[in-house]
Amino acid sequence: MRVTKKEGRFAWVMSGGLARQVNIQMVPRVRLGDYVIVHAGFAIQIVNPQAARQTLSLLNEIK
Amino acid sequence: MKYIDEFRSKKAVEHIARRIFEIMPKGTTNIMEVCGTHTQNFHRFGLDRLIPENLNLIAGPGCPVCVSDQDYIDRAIQLSKQRNTVILTFGDMLKVPGTNSSLQKQRAEGSDVRVVYSAWDALSIAEKNPNKSIVFLAVGFETTAPTLALTLQAAKKANLHNLFFFSALKLIPPAMEALVSDRKLKIDGFLCPGHVSTIIGSRAYEFIPKEYRIACCVAGFEPLDILEGIYLLLYQIVQKKPRVENQYVRAVKRNGNPKAKTIINEVFRTINTSWRGLGKIPQSGLRIRDKFSNFDAEKAISIRIKHRSANKKQRGCRCGDVLRGIIKPSQCSLFGRTCTPLNPYGPCMVSSEGACNAHYRYK
Repeated sequence: MRVTKKEGRFAWVMSGGLARQVNIQMVPRVRLGDYVIVHAGFAIQIVNPQAARQTLSLLNEIK
Repeated sequence: MKYIDEFRSKKAVEHIARRIFEIMPKGTTNIMEVCGTHTQNFHRFGLDRLIPENLNLIAGPGCPVCVSDQDYIDRAIQLSKQRNTVILTFGDMLKVPGTNSSLQKQRAEGSDVRVVYSAWDALSIAEKNPNKSIVFLAVGFETTAPTLALTLQAAKKANLHNLFFFSALKLIPPAMEALVSDRKLKIDGFLCPGHVSTIIGSRAYEFIPKEYRIACCVAGFEPLDILEGIYLLLYQIVQKKPRVENQYVRAVKRNGNPKAKTIINEVFRTINTSWRGLGKIPQSGLRIRDKFSNFDAEKAISIRIKHRSANKKQRGCRCGDVLRGIIKPSQCSLFGRTCTPLNPYGPCMVSSEGACNAHYRYK
């Protein structure tokens, strides 16, 4: 879910065209545009885009 | 990148499935996944049809509702009968059968039982109902624990005196240790949970390959994640070099989320606790610390069970054996006959993350 707005302890995230408010106290360094993993209304981790690309490219190495 | 489509690519899934067949060792290999969402997605995406027959994927105790023991359910039901009490719970708990009733039945009989999406919802409900006791059924693993801890801290700050948490929170690594110590089970590898690991980090499993020589791989939830996780586990098994691998690097770090771990530690302490099917496991549960005892339902409200000895198991239900991977859901005599998602006998059929439920819906 992509962060579109920050408001103190909360942020607005977009998921499938829907906007939702989530608590961001566990990811205080989150920035606008970051993707976050959300569990029961709380962002629990910021997704690392470089690492995601690494996972996909690793797949091509498995031969 | 949207982090979904890329990890559902048919071409990539077929590629990794072929590689799995190529390196699959002879004989049976047992891989246990300890995460309800892995169980669900494995069947939902039909991945069971893409792996070799001698690869036995066992659904472990990764569904929080399923592992909550009968005594906890009975006490929650008892609480719901008390006057001026509102029970808050995540949806799956409603239908779990207690010894004589369920929260759903109590609700039909007039108890105030409400389903919430987030622990945070409890704050506004407590504010709007100052004359009622609001009891949150705190069920879950390391992923849910910090959400409850933050809510409890916020309740304290807001000076709420009518919100209580009834904790059955559990920790995954001690349960995994209990499983590998069980000689009946021959687990060759663990597919470690994704979201729990975002909190505790891949480091939390390092004792497993070190002390028990069992392979571990943290994996995400998309089809590609799950299959790649299985491939990486098989590779370790074939090489006979068990270690903790992290397939889900986009969300899981070796140390997890230190902020979330601190929050958990501020509010909870570890205790010995009972798991359905696994019995009592040392230091595998979380209890609210004494300094927050005003919010601890077990201390602040007296929870009485009239007939504690009436705590009998559902006749014929083998949920406990399913949770330990001793039998597959279809090997239980109730499965699909008298026990279905509409009329569940045990919690493994109730929860959408339960092994029986997933087998029933997608097979």
